[in-house]
Amino acid sequence: MTAEVNDVAIRAQGLSKSFGAVQAVRAAEFTVSRGEIFGLVGPDGAGKTTIMRMLAGVLRPDAGGILVDGVDVGAEAERAKLRLSYMPQRFGLYEDLTVAENIFFYGELFSVPRKERLARSTELLDAAGMSPFRRRLAGQLSGGMKQKLGLVCALIHTPQVLLLDEPTTGVDPVSRRDFWAILYNLRESGVTILLSTAYMDEAERCSRLALLHGGQIRYCDTPARLKQAMPGALFAIASPTPRALRTAVAGQPGVLGVLLMGDRVHVRVDDPARRLPELRDLLAGLGVPDGAILATEPGIEDVFVALLGQEAPT
Amino acid sequence: MNARRLFALAYKETLQIWRDPRSLAIALLMPLMQMAMLGYGVSLDIKHVPLCVYDQENSQQSRALVDRFVSSGWFSISRTLGRQAAIRDAMDRGECIAALVIPVDFSRQLATTGSASVQAIFDATDVNTTNIALGYAEGAVAQANAQIAAQWAAAHGIKPSLVGQVDLRPSTWFNETLDSRNFIIPGVVAVILALVGAQLTSLTISREWERGTMEQLISTPVTALEVMLGKLIPYFVIGLVDAGFCLVSAVYWFGVPFRGGIGTLFTTTALFIIVVLGIGYLISVRIRSQLGASQIALLVTMLPTTLLSGYTFPIDQMPAPIQALTLVVYPRYYVTILRAIFLKGSGLTDLWVPLLGLTVYAVAIIWLAARAFRKRLD
Repeated sequence: MTAEVNDVAIRAQGLSKSFGAVQAVRAAEFTVSRGEIFGLVGPDGAGKTTIMRMLAGVLRPDAGGILVDGVDVGAEAERAKLRLSYMPQRFGLYEDLTVAENIFFYGELFSVPRKERLARSTELLDAAGMSPFRRRLAGQLSGGMKQKLGLVCALIHTPQVLLLDEPTTGVDPVSRRDFWAILYNLRESGVTILLSTAYMDEAERCSRLALLHGGQIRYCDTPARLKQAMPGALFAIASPTPRALRTAVAGQPGVLGVLLMGDRVHVRVDDPARRLPELRDLLAGLGVPDGAILATEPGIEDVFVALLGQEAPT
Repeated sequence: MNARRLFALAYKETLQIWRDPRSLAIALLMPLMQMAMLGYGVSLDIKHVPLCVYDQENSQQSRALVDRFVSSGWFSISRTLGRQAAIRDAMDRGECIAALVIPVDFSRQLATTGSASVQAIFDATDVNTTNIALGYAEGAVAQANAQIAAQWAAAHGIKPSLVGQVDLRPSTWFNETLDSRNFIIPGVVAVILALVGAQLTSLTISREWERGTMEQLISTPVTALEVMLGKLIPYFVIGLVDAGFCLVSAVYWFGVPFRGGIGTLFTTTALFIIVVLGIGYLISVRIRSQLGASQIALLVTMLPTTLLSGYTFPIDQMPAPIQALTLVVYPRYYVTILRAIFLKGSGLTDLWVPLLGLTVYAVAIIWLAARAFRKRLD
């Protein structure tokens, strides 16, 4: 990294954590620049939550160092906490408090001046479409609204770094759209966002991604470059019986991977010029029309599977 | 220490208590019920012992003796019997636990010899009750004796003062009516405060772990000390309200004499509440499930307060090792203090020994509690 220290929002070096015999995170290293939306992607148990917790200063790493907004989290966790906001995977607000009371509570914990808190909560609640629900108990909100409230509380003190652990899991599409609109606005104002996600379309929206597997960061780059790094080329085959087709294609020579995507099958091959005719022959034999096979750009899920050799977490 | 964060925590905790029926019930209903149950239920006195009378003579003098038993208030006549064998039946049926048999020549013997014997029979299946009833019976007979002696002396032309009789005039201090309730009720207050206080705070941290709110809370700059104080302040207020309720009902409802100063009472009670809240908090930090924490809190408050505090079982009659053990039983100090304030009117200087014990305890518990909570998940 050649970036100036000032431009670095998060830097993790040699981060490791074990729980008993299980190595949850192994020597993780990454750097997030100011104003980035950085995504952690990986299957369950890959170590996403453990990394998040160590960055948030609530879990002590066995080894390695973390710098958040210039503050060493290992040495000065409490000072770092003033600059970051962490939203755990499980809803962490008080369900027996109202929306407004939760916001007040977190505002006070960060000593946000009263005027600023009022102005900011109005602005954030409006952006989240939640203004009519100020007096509702948090426990009576829908899943999407709970997550948005979590975000409002996390943002009440205007943090420099935002850590979101699977913030949109179980959230309806409309709320997810609202949620991302807020995240983009935040990035505009220079806030650094690190999030983990199980949704591939969300991974695609990140400026950079870290692909995690077995507690290790296997790849870390922009979505575009990760796609380029994917070996081989991709064809999409439409079929009324995609499962049968997947089985038929899987064993063919030159086929590196087959992935079921709804009513289509994504086939990754080593040499497209040579393999396309072979695939056409095979499809003809199966009675699949000629126009069903098309060259396609890889999605992040294809990249994920290709690079990690494993099914995506969705 | 940041005053705004402290206030925010205390305010949040208050809202949560207010909206949680379980906490409210423990805070407000439990002291009420326990005061009624323990205040009425626990008494070492026995009143109205059912007594069967087999008065074979039925003379003026024999009836006067029976009246002595009844007017003392300790006995009430459940049946009057006509034959000796009926006593056994009455005891078998549980109609009486004491029987008084007056011989057919009771007044004649008195008149001729100046003394007569009566028989008292007790059902000794409940040894404790029997012993107490026996004591009462002796008291009643002693009173009758004194009167008879005076009458006898008068009848024989001897001045009563010249009769060679030792006249014992017992004088009891501090609990003049010898009512064990006066002795027990202050202890009941201690038991209730210990139970309620530790129960309430035992839930406070474990609830945050169980509901998943702790992870977010510890990711903020709040300090462990702020968390502890912010959580304990509302419960301290509740504890004082409960204490006020218990103490007022002890004086105005149960009629326990109150001779001490309000300031002394407030100071010592506040100290005791700090100890029990601290113990509950300590348990809550250690045990991450609400149910487990509440069970342990019940165990560490209920057992020592009821058994080893001297609340019902006098400490100076315990075996020496157990007596030594009571030195680390915090309610012991508070029970001693409360009794002294209520019955003797002692001030802070008189109570410096138990007060010191309680203070040492409070400081130690709060010190431990403040260090117990770590702002980390592991």
